[in-house]
Amino acid sequence: MDDSSAHGSPESAGSAQPAPARPVLEAPDIARVLTRIAHEIVERAKGADDVVLLGIPTRGVHLAGRLGAKLEEITGRTVPVGSLDITMYRDDLRMGPPRALARTEIPAEGVDGSLVVLVDDVLYSGRTIRAALDALGDIGRPRAVQLAVLVDRGHRELPIRADYVGKNLPTSQRETVRVQLAEEDGHDGVLLGARAAQDAGQLADDARHGGNAPAG
Amino acid sequence: MKRHLISAADLTRDDAVLILDTAEEMARIADRPIKKLPTLRGRTIVNLFFEDSTRTRISFEAAAKRLSADVINFSAKGSSVSKGESLKDTALTLEAMGADAVVIRHGDSGAPHRLATSGWIGGSVVNAGDGTHEHPTQALLDAFTLRRRLVGQEGADLAGKRVTVVGDILHSRVARSDVRLLSTLGAHVTLVAPPTLVPYGVESWPCEVSYDLDAVLDTSDAVMMLRVQRERMNAAFFPTEREYARRYGLDGERMARMPEHAVVMHPGPMNRGMEITAQVADSPRCTAVEQVTNGVSIRMAVMYLLLGGSSPSGPSPSTTQEPGMQHRAGSSEENN
Repeated sequence: MDDSSAHGSPESAGSAQPAPARPVLEAPDIARVLTRIAHEIVERAKGADDVVLLGIPTRGVHLAGRLGAKLEEITGRTVPVGSLDITMYRDDLRMGPPRALARTEIPAEGVDGSLVVLVDDVLYSGRTIRAALDALGDIGRPRAVQLAVLVDRGHRELPIRADYVGKNLPTSQRETVRVQLAEEDGHDGVLLGARAAQDAGQLADDARHGGNAPAG
Repeated sequence: MKRHLISAADLTRDDAVLILDTAEEMARIADRPIKKLPTLRGRTIVNLFFEDSTRTRISFEAAAKRLSADVINFSAKGSSVSKGESLKDTALTLEAMGADAVVIRHGDSGAPHRLATSGWIGGSVVNAGDGTHEHPTQALLDAFTLRRRLVGQEGADLAGKRVTVVGDILHSRVARSDVRLLSTLGAHVTLVAPPTLVPYGVESWPCEVSYDLDAVLDTSDAVMMLRVQRERMNAAFFPTEREYARRYGLDGERMARMPEHAVVMHPGPMNRGMEITAQVADSPRCTAVEQVTNGVSIRMAVMYLLLGGSSPSGPSPSTTQEPGMQHRAGSSEENN
């Protein structure tokens, strides 16, 4: 799930544009960060023989593709890359109109016995990853599951942490983090912005309490 | 999308394409070891069947169960309906039990519309076939099958495809829904039937009518054979079954005259030897079995899109009623 939409939730879409967003990562930074994460995966997985990368739509899929290419450069082997849509496993489905589904594409080799690295753009509440773990459980039984994210912005609501983090970004819940990738947005970048003042309080409130509502 | 699915006319092109695209994702679930999603956990779906059905009922049941909804099957036989309970009282009972959606098949045209608009129940109503009116999920699965076979691209519609529907148009709710939905999706529909089996008012439908099957075969991308509904043949609509089969049945020789890529469809159940020969029914160009498989995916998509979000926030059931609605409900024919 691109977390930009998770906290830049539908309610905020129509609100007035706040102060201009500040770039925190530029295109070269993102490239460097992904190279480092690829090396870390190879190091921790002792060669990454059985690694399967699963990106969470939309931007996680593009990041997984880039990571896969970097792993291939390092190890000289093809790394299976797929996508895992978590829409049907979300705990907030009942809190909005039905969401369009994205594509789940599991590599032909399957995930049984492999080391699955979930890839997402922003780690925030951790609810997306909770949903991804549930979705993965219905698809197969990996040897282990790890998590790689481009940005960890904190404010976890579940006991979930990332194994590979591109950048730790301390944020307030009044801020928004927007990841832009060339495949989707035409250029690379991570922007930190402020939410419109009048609904910031209410949204932060939603972010805290929304989670406590009965899950679907 | 609206809260109910009563008629294929309720769907815009974008609604229909969204359902087809969602169904593509649902179809992938069938390839997984665990064919189940937690999405509708805690929701109750009632299958309210006043008419016999195997295919449609188990298809809806399978779809609801794959989405983890609780399913209550209700068939008129062996229920209080056989003691004379009215549709209204049955509906109030279901409402009291907290049904989130009611899938209804009824012998009378307009029964689902009545159920949806008279304020008896608060949940969604899905039409699973009413009399000779409509059967929208069948039309959706037909469109899904056509798109997979003829277009093979998600997000697309059926623009420019020529679909020929052959047989008992008069009694066919499938034909009515197909004409509406397929034309919404940009396909060009031609109905072929003996003049006695063409309904009154067909000239206002978005389709063409022909009495000669052979004349349209070579320009059809798909030929859909309808079942001759013996149970509804209460008058002499054609002289003999043999004559019908010879003029309007699809045999190997006719199939050979269809374009190379064209497919043969049948909503089932088939009368082999009547509207379709065994040779055609068993050929790889016939999509009858595929249509059944696709039916589950389509119904999952419909259920997800109707029930997957927040509970309908519209006005409460008693206030949705419009004056005059009840009178309209009974005579759905005017919609045709």
